[in-house]
Amino acid sequence: MRQGSDVDVRGVEIGYGSVTVLEKLDLHIAPSEFVVLLGPSGCGKSTLLNAIAGLIDVQAGQIWIGGRNATWDEPKDRGIAMVFQSYALYPRMTARGNMSFGLKVAGLPQQEIGRRVQEAAETLKITELLDRRPSELSGGQRQRVAIGRALVREAGVYLFDEPLSNLDAQLRAELRVEIKRLHQKLKATMIYVTHDQIEALTLADRIAVMKDRIIQQLGTPQDIYQRPANRFVASFVGSPAMNFIAGELRLGSDGARFAAQAFDLALNGYRFAATPRDGQKVELGLRPEHIETTGAAAAPAGTEAIIEMVEPMGSDQLAWTRLGGAAASLRLPADSTLRTGDRVSIAISPGKTSLFDLATGQRL
Amino acid sequence: MGSVAIEPQGRKPRHMTPARIGIYAFLVITALFFAVPLYVMIVTSLKTMDEIRLGQILSLPLHPSLDAWRKAWSSACTGLNCNGMQVGFLNSVKILIVSVPASILVGSVTGYALSFWRVRGATLLFGAMLVVAFIPYQLFIYPLVRVFSVIGINNSLIGIVVVHTIFGLPTMTLLFRNYFAALPTELFKAARVDGAGFLRVYWSIMMPMAMPILVVAMILQVTGIWNDFILGLVFAGRENLPMTVQLNNIVNTTQGERAYNVDMAATMLTALVPLIVYFGSGRWFVRGIAAGAVKG
Amino acid sequence: MPARLLRLPSRFVATLALAPAFAVMLVVYIGATGWTIWISLTNSRMLPGNVFVGLRQYESLFANERWQVSVHNLIIFGSLFVLASLALGFLLAVAIDQRVRGESLLRSLYLYPFSMSFVVTGLVWQWLLNPTLGIEKLVRGLGFEAFRFDWIVQQDMAVYTLVIAAVWHASGLAMAILLAGLRGIDEDIWKAARVDGLKTWRVYVSIIAPMLGASFATAAVLLSTAVVRLYDLVVAMTNGGPGLASEVPAKFVMDHLFERQNLGLATAAATTMLITVAAVAAPFLYWQSKRQRLLAR
Repeated sequence: MRQGSDVDVRGVEIGYGSVTVLEKLDLHIAPSEFVVLLGPSGCGKSTLLNAIAGLIDVQAGQIWIGGRNATWDEPKDRGIAMVFQSYALYPRMTARGNMSFGLKVAGLPQQEIGRRVQEAAETLKITELLDRRPSELSGGQRQRVAIGRALVREAGVYLFDEPLSNLDAQLRAELRVEIKRLHQKLKATMIYVTHDQIEALTLADRIAVMKDRIIQQLGTPQDIYQRPANRFVASFVGSPAMNFIAGELRLGSDGARFAAQAFDLALNGYRFAATPRDGQKVELGLRPEHIETTGAAAAPAGTEAIIEMVEPMGSDQLAWTRLGGAAASLRLPADSTLRTGDRVSIAISPGKTSLFDLATGQRL
Repeated sequence: MGSVAIEPQGRKPRHMTPARIGIYAFLVITALFFAVPLYVMIVTSLKTMDEIRLGQILSLPLHPSLDAWRKAWSSACTGLNCNGMQVGFLNSVKILIVSVPASILVGSVTGYALSFWRVRGATLLFGAMLVVAFIPYQLFIYPLVRVFSVIGINNSLIGIVVVHTIFGLPTMTLLFRNYFAALPTELFKAARVDGAGFLRVYWSIMMPMAMPILVVAMILQVTGIWNDFILGLVFAGRENLPMTVQLNNIVNTTQGERAYNVDMAATMLTALVPLIVYFGSGRWFVRGIAAGAVKG
Repeated sequence: MPARLLRLPSRFVATLALAPAFAVMLVVYIGATGWTIWISLTNSRMLPGNVFVGLRQYESLFANERWQVSVHNLIIFGSLFVLASLALGFLLAVAIDQRVRGESLLRSLYLYPFSMSFVVTGLVWQWLLNPTLGIEKLVRGLGFEAFRFDWIVQQDMAVYTLVIAAVWHASGLAMAILLAGLRGIDEDIWKAARVDGLKTWRVYVSIIAPMLGASFATAAVLLSTAVVRLYDLVVAMTNGGPGLASEVPAKFVMDHLFERQNLGLATAAATTMLITVAAVAAPFLYWQSKRQRLLAR
């Protein structure tokens, strides 16, 4: 199996005229890695992708692809292929024409082109669609053809610019799986831009979470999910969203505690990334699945909660309550019989929580 | 990779490729093609006849003077009348002042009625308008002249105004209808629920929102009516001949040697109004073309 | 409010508002056209006759030398004019689309002739092409003694002068329509083409131009309507001369309506013009309405 190229973004600055979009950005992507650039719109992820592709010039810094300095190279010379959100298929050509046009112009022999198109079509299951025009294809089919057009280039790096955003939820889920299978099969380097955190979590080897044109955190999906580097990453990734309770840190002889109104949690087992201060204003982040409930009887003090609302979600249920004055949701199994007004005892494992400084949002 | 003196980083240097030079060359040559006639028009109108006879059509005037312009404006001769282009100018203005508002008014009401109201035969009417816009004027001339003579408005200002309104109807209607049809219907429905009737909705809601299309309509009508030749020739009558007709008479029916400088000055005078509208309207003119081009 | 008493139901007012349009359609457009066609089938000459003579007027029309020359001229003019304007318009639109400097200045420059009357265009070009004092004299003065550019007074070349003037007048229109079409093309297509390694000219030829079918059609139709109506330009520039060298059907009709006073011939000619226009416009309108229905889905 061929290996993909590595991509090295060094100190890159991108802007238009006097407006700077990205500043001093560094990112290294290993060969055959699947990296997702995740963030809300306007965070700069598409700009970065376009710069790696060579569709936008950088003002400063370098871009290395596959061990060579590609900063001044045209997109076609960088060994990349790209898939766009709007598919960008040539409307007046058939699917086959779309997939083979670039190769034809590059002068590849007819046979080779035919082989590549056939292979890609089989991989993407679009062999019967090859002689249709884009207007005769559904959205999902068009996107497969677009991916096919990228595949035939046999590139070292594949770039995806929000390819599934124009599709409905079901198609999105289908194609997501396809893309992951593709990556496993081809072992190519893939850089994928999206605002959908589910896509990021399922597809990525590593995720770069971006906001306001800065990479907030770069890490595996596990890292990002379990140990988010700041409040933004914590709130952006994970559905249902993480609960946040504002409170204070109390440092005592028996270790650190988190206190918010009646809610009190001992932080034994919590791995601090920075030194905590006594009385520091913090936010405690709790994921709904990390809050356990036990029977109401004999609940230790400070661990009681009243269920305010239960939302059945099919595979499980989401219960809403109040902790430390803030609304908090917690997961219940589908067969749980807890109802509004029930009292429960809350148990939280401190190692699974996150603490963020209230002012800076940074992880403690 | 060859030996690169500079390690690529930052901004890619942009060179002038031969292709880019070719494009600029093409643009310059075509720009000249379009600009030179205007230049020649102006320059000829500022020269004396002696200079013109030298045959240096592109040369700048040695002693530029506005004599030819003065002659063209006040003393050029159409047949026996030697009162200059100001006659035609005034006539064209008179025709414009009445025709433009009239055609826009009728067109906007008709377009509005076709866009929101379900009237019997509306679709048929709309379709018919799309079709008749293609019919050449020559088919209407004889019958209209006969009818106008009977009514008594042939060869009159009223006659030419009616003609411009009639022939402007399809274009204006299509223009306004397409514009109104693209507005959200909720606006219309809300007004109806509020109790507004046909005219009230037109006057208080639709027209205030129609500013962009009004500008476009005005540009189309002002340029179209001012530049018209054939309708003015047939229906306006000798006392009301528009500037274009008078221009052609002055230039093409002179006995003896032509006063080319006066001819060019007269041509410039006729072109002035539409050129001012054109250069003054900027993007609106192009919008007018686009709107007029979309027939349905 | 007293006005309420007189409140007519809105639907009625709407119908009333459409009455002028209906009237105009019926009386003028349909009525006048019908009348003209009727006259072409009668024995009218100076005055309208009442005797139905079938297609006799058309027979004389097609045997008429002046008419034959007119049609011949219009065909030459029409095909050259439309093709040249579309080609030049497309090239201009593509050139401007290259993000050149001074774009809006250039655009206004290419389009200004279209804002003027055909009479103005005709007179300017008449002057430019003046054999003794115009371009011919200029080039000769530069040293090319044998240069000839007196097309405007040559029997077999006069039509081409009309083409030059008309292309100058109208290619800005074609450019504007095609440029709007170009601008409407998805940016991502350009990106995909760049990634595919396609050269710019290749993209225009193989991908963009086919996508502009609708724009080309619209421009072609607009230009073609100008072809049939061609009158002002001819009257101003050559007045049909020299001799009959630049006669056109529209002028034929006008001359026979007024100067030569032959109603029968004039109306037959006008009706023939109508049939030609219908033959071209009908498929276009049909194609347009089909597209509308397709897009509306």
